[in-house]
Parts: sequence; structure tokens; C-alpha cells
Amino acid sequence: MAGKNEYTPMPSRLQDIIKQAENEWTFRFTYVGPVKPGQFFQVSIPKVGEAPISVSGIGEDFVDLTIRKVGKVTDYLFENFQAGDSLFIRGPYGNGFDVEEYAKGEMIIVAGGTAVSPIRGVVQYLCKTDHPQDTHLIAGFKNPDEIMFKPDFEEWKDLIDLTVTVDGAPEGYEGNVGLVTQYIPDIPIRDIESCKAIVVGPPPMIKFSIIELVKRGFNEEHIWISDSRKMSCGIGKCGHCRVNSKYICIDGPVFKYTEHRALVD
Amino acid sequence: MGYVLSNEGINKAFEALRKEYRIFAPVLKVGEGRFKDTDVIRYDFVDSYDEVEMDKRSDFSYKDIVTPLSESMFFFTEDQIREANFDASPVIVLMRACDINAVERLDQIFLANGEHNDYYYERRREVIKFALIGCGKTCEDGFCVDMGSNKAEDYVFSLDPKDGKVYVNVKEDDLDAAFADNSESSADVVPQFVTENEVHVERPEEVPLTLFKDEMWDEYSKRCINCGRCNFVCPTCSCFTIQDLFFTDNGKVGERRRVNASCMVDGYTDVAGGLVQRRSNGERMRFKVLHKVYDFRKIFGYDMCVGCGRCDTVCPEYISFSNCINKLNARVKELEG
Ligand SMILES: Cc1cc2nc3c(=O)[nH]c(=O)nc-3n(C[C@H](O)[C@H](O)[C@H](O)COP(=O)(O)OP(=O)(O)OC[C@H]3O[C@@H](n4cnc5c(N)ncnc54)[C@H](O)[C@@H]3O)c2cc1C
Ligand code: SF4
Ligand code: SF4
Ligand code: FES
Repeated sequence: MAGKNEYTPMPSRLQDIIKQAENEWTFRFTYVGPVKPGQFFQVSIPKVGEAPISVSGIGEDFVDLTIRKVGKVTDYLFENFQAGDSLFIRGPYGNGFDVEEYAKGEMIIVAGGTAVSPIRGVVQYLCKTDHPQDTHLIAGFKNPDEIMFKPDFEEWKDLIDLTVTVDGAPEGYEGNVGLVTQYIPDIPIRDIESCKAIVVGPPPMIKFSIIELVKRGFNEEHIWISDSRKMSCGIGKCGHCRVNSKYICIDGPVFKYTEHRALVD
Repeated sequence: MGYVLSNEGINKAFEALRKEYRIFAPVLKVGEGRFKDTDVIRYDFVDSYDEVEMDKRSDFSYKDIVTPLSESMFFFTEDQIREANFDASPVIVLMRACDINAVERLDQIFLANGEHNDYYYERRREVIKFALIGCGKTCEDGFCVDMGSNKAEDYVFSLDPKDGKVYVNVKEDDLDAAFADNSESSADVVPQFVTENEVHVERPEEVPLTLFKDEMWDEYSKRCINCGRCNFVCPTCSCFTIQDLFFTDNGKVGERRRVNASCMVDGYTDVAGGLVQRRSNGERMRFKVLHKVYDFRKIFGYDMCVGCGRCDTVCPEYISFSNCINKLNARVKELEG
């Protein structure tokens, strides 16, 4: 007999909806089971469709999915559901971040915009180690209105080395203004050889951030990125996400930078 | 066991098999080809041996029986999700060696890529048995010999027509009686396999990264019209897209289905916000060709393409896949200096 039908959407109660920015909300889905930061779920709305969304937070009986309203499935989600409603998800899928590896020493995380979602769980994990001060997070957003996860930044700022910056801001804005790349040279690192890094965000941001890291003598083998592609099945069957000999949905979405740069779309 | 059957005998054997099995086989469809007054060979259910096209390779593969063009996954009502049913009565599929080898490729993707099985494929696959049609001579455009997929051992019985008789080698005991009871005589039967094609290919062992953006693909940007026919006839193409729809005006009843997808056709990589990978048809050709004779091998250790030649035959622009493999090989050699 054929085994489990992995495509079956599982009912999940929405515990909460947290508005991060106008079009970016965090949906707290009831979920109990194994899950790692960097993995994703398929949010599955019968008769509408499915959308792969990264895990942006992990709790005892929930996962947070922070979603940008951009099309069919996401529009429907924003317009039709409230806390307490039940809807469907399937997953988690993908490899996720290996947080234990990152907890061993110093760590730099550079994240742009919505890509803060997949690393939020990594930071949460690193905050719980006995050396959170070895975590250096640079989070960049387009403008002050688009800054997400503000309560988290408040919580993290005294634990880790945190830089929140915006590309541009109206006059009088008191926070940092500038691209994430300009903060990389000044991150205080004791041992650049063993330090590890995650870089997530739009491709140009990833590219220039890695250039800055390498300039500082960073070992390229110690850099991880997270990628995404069109997905349909999420489990290595439908083919849409394949790049060369890698399926982003099962071999990724997290890749070593050195492995990822050998992929050509 | 091996048997020799007369035409009447083999038809009787089919009749006996039909009591328990559906038989899915290549059938010549007169006048149903792409152009007016042309014929096409495609798979269909048959009751008798006489309906089966035993001579020529089918234009379309057996694929519909394991991965239908469009397949319902779930039906939705207002508050219910119901898994779609399928016809679970057992099937025997008649196919040539290349196609039996192609199933191994589909199994690889659907049952052994990643930790989850594809339930819809698996449940269909479980009710299917494969029977071999021997190949006495090469088909048009085929290059199975160079791809190493001209032979197959994984079949329940084989059929080789010769001089008005059919030679059968039965491997599955349960099916033996159907042939034994209707045979003229027993014999040592070895199915025929093609050992020589007209078309030859040489594949590169390694493909350098520079080749992915090489100018050799430009030719295909000009010639290919991204119709996707090459994917739809291919017995190893397995891509699909999941789609939701609703039937009623109030949107309360609907369905989730999966539909075969083509990496040559627009939309394959489109994501929200307008980002598209591989806009040009040359890039899509490169993606397809390298998957078939390189990327798949990098993961699973053997090539995906079985050299059936169907994509060559079907292309309206006369783009030859085997030619492209040879060009790729030559270009790799050239780059290696
Ligand atoms: C691994 C991964 C993680 C992601 N994490 C997040 C996240 O945390 N937050 C977030 O807001 N978005 C995330 N995305 C992007 C998100 O999946 C798309 O924005 C979403 O699918 C759009 O769906 P839609 O129906 O609203 O848009 P439409 O444009 O109407 O898309 C229709 C369909 O196309 C497919 N599709 C469209 N865009 C994408 C895309 N970028 N990636 C994959 N499939 C797509 C989906 O099947 C979708 O249902 C992620 C994508 C991937 C691959
Ligand atoms: S059949 Fe020919 S024209 Fe059509 S997509 Fe394939 S290569 Fe291009
Ligand atoms: S790529 Fe062409 S020759 Fe190879 S298996 Fe597919 S249809 Fe046959
Ligand atoms: S999303 Fe289907 S194979 Fe990766």
C-alpha cells in the first residue's frame, strides 16, 4: 500500500496575527513537532492554492510564518482570516540552518528585509547560549516603515551585537541609515578564521556582503546563504525549484556559499 | 517459461489476462495525428492482441498511466477535504526496453528523491506490471544503445512477433497459465533487443560551468518555439504543477489537481514579483538537455535520457536532441582544448 500522502494539508489553528509592516504580517500557526529555523511550510488554502513560507519563529506549540502580501494565496490569507480561525499547512520542508554548528563560536548574520524571517529562529537560539555576545546581527530594511520584528530587536539589543539600518529615511530619523555592507568592516571579531556567517536577502545584497566578508579574510567555507525558487510540491518531485543537480526544496533552501555559487539557473 | 503462440493463441491469452488485468498498450490511431489525415501511435486500453501496435515505437509514451496529464489530488467542499480516488484495478503495460528503463527514472524522482514518496505516483505504480515488447530493429531517431537502455530485465512477460507467431517469455508464475494454455509449443525464448541504432551520441563526462552560459545554446533561442512537445512525449519527464480551482459560483466546492509541466514553456519558474529564470529558449534547452544527460547523473549516478528518440521525432522545428548531445560533447572537448 502506498504510504503517507504528504500532500494532505494539515488543519492548524491560527493563534495570533502580528502586524510587522503594512503588507507583512506574522501568522502564528499551531504546530507541534520537529522543525528548524530556515525550514519552510506550505501554507495550503483549499480552492486557492499553496505558498511556501519560511519559519520565522518556533514555539512550544506553534510556528510563526511571516508573510508578504503579493498575490493569490497571500492576498486571500490577509483578507479572510483572523486569530482563532483554522486553516491548513503542510511541512516542515527543506534542510534548515544547523544552529548547533553556529553556536560553537563567533557568528555574523547579515539579513535584508523579509529575509530576517528565516534567521529569526537562529538568533533566538543563539541568544539562549552562554555567549550571545558573540552573535553579530546586521539587519537592513528599505525605510523605517518597513522595519519588521521591532519587539525582537528591543529584546536582542542588550544580548547580542545588533545593528538595525535602513537604506533611506526621512529627515530627522534617529536610527542608522546606510546599506548593510557598510557595517561589515567594523564588526568586532576576535578570530576571523573560525568565525561563521549567514547572509540572506536580495541577491545583490548577498553578493556585496560576501565581498566585504572575504575582504576581511573570511573563510568562504564558513558562509551560508538561503535561497528560494518557484516551488510547487516542496518535496523534490515537481521539478520547478531545481538548479543543476540541486533541488532548492530538499537540498536547500540553506546552502553553503561555496556550494551555491556553482549553481547556474 | 517460453512459449510460441499463434495469432489466435495470443489473442486468447490476452482474453485470459483481461479477466484480471486491464491492458495498456500502444495503439495506432488512424487520422488522429497532429495534421489532417496523419496517424499517431498513443497508449490506450486494449482487449485483444490485434489492437496493439507491435511494429513501431509509440509517438507518446506510456506515461499517462503513472503520471496522467492532469490528475485530481483532493476535492474540497465547504468543510471537507477528500482525497481523490483512482482506478486501482491492476494493469499490465506493454512497453519497449527504453520505456521500462524510463520507469526506473520516474521511480527515482517520485520514490527516491528526498525523504517523502509521491503518494499519487506510488499508488498507481503499485497496481502496474510491465510487459516487454521486443525490439527486432531500431526505431526512427532512437539512440537507446548508446544510452545503455536498449535492454531490460524487469518485465512480467515479453512479446516478440516473428513470422506470424508470437514468442513469449513469461517471468511471472501467476501469468504463466494464460500463455501455456494457449500455446502451440514451449520453447526457449529470449526477447529481442536492439543492438545497433542509426543514431549515435557521445556524452561528456564532465560539463564545465562556463558551458552553462555558452554561445552554443544561442542557436536554440532562434529555432525553438517553446511549445513543450519534447517534454510531453518524453517518458522520463516528470515535472508537474499543483493547481487549485473551484467549480461553483459561490466558490464553495473545488479541487486541487496536478498537471504535467514543461521546463520549455513560459511560466515554469515565474514567481510573485515578476522574477523569471531562463527567459530565452536557448537557456531552457540547456536546462533540459543537461538535466537529461548530466545533472540527473550527478545526483543518481546514471543518465535520465533513455534515448527513445521521441523528442526528435515530435519537434515541429526539427530540433534534434541527439544532435544537441553531440554538439555539447564537441563543445566540451573544444573548451578543454
Ligand atoms: C523556500 C521559500 C521560502 C519563502 N519564505 C517566504 C516568507 O517567509 N515570507 C514570504 O512572504 N514569502 C516567502 N516566500 C515567497 C512566497 O512563497 C511567495 O511570495 C508566495 O508563494 C506567493 O504566492 P501568491 O499566491 O500570493 O502569489 P502569486 O504570484 O499569485 O503566485 C502563485 C503561485 O506561484 C508560486 N509562487 C509565486 N511566487 C513564489 C516564490 N517566490 N517562491 C515560490 N513559489 C512562488 C506559488 O505556488 C504561488 O501559489 C518563500 C519562498 C520560498 C521558495
Ligand atoms: S519540441 Fe522543439 S520547438 Fe517545441 S519546445 Fe521542444 S525543442 Fe522547442
Ligand atoms: S530526452 Fe528525448 S530521447 Fe531522451 S528519453 Fe526523453 S524523449 Fe526520449
Ligand atoms: S518544489 Fe517541487 S521539486 Fe522542489
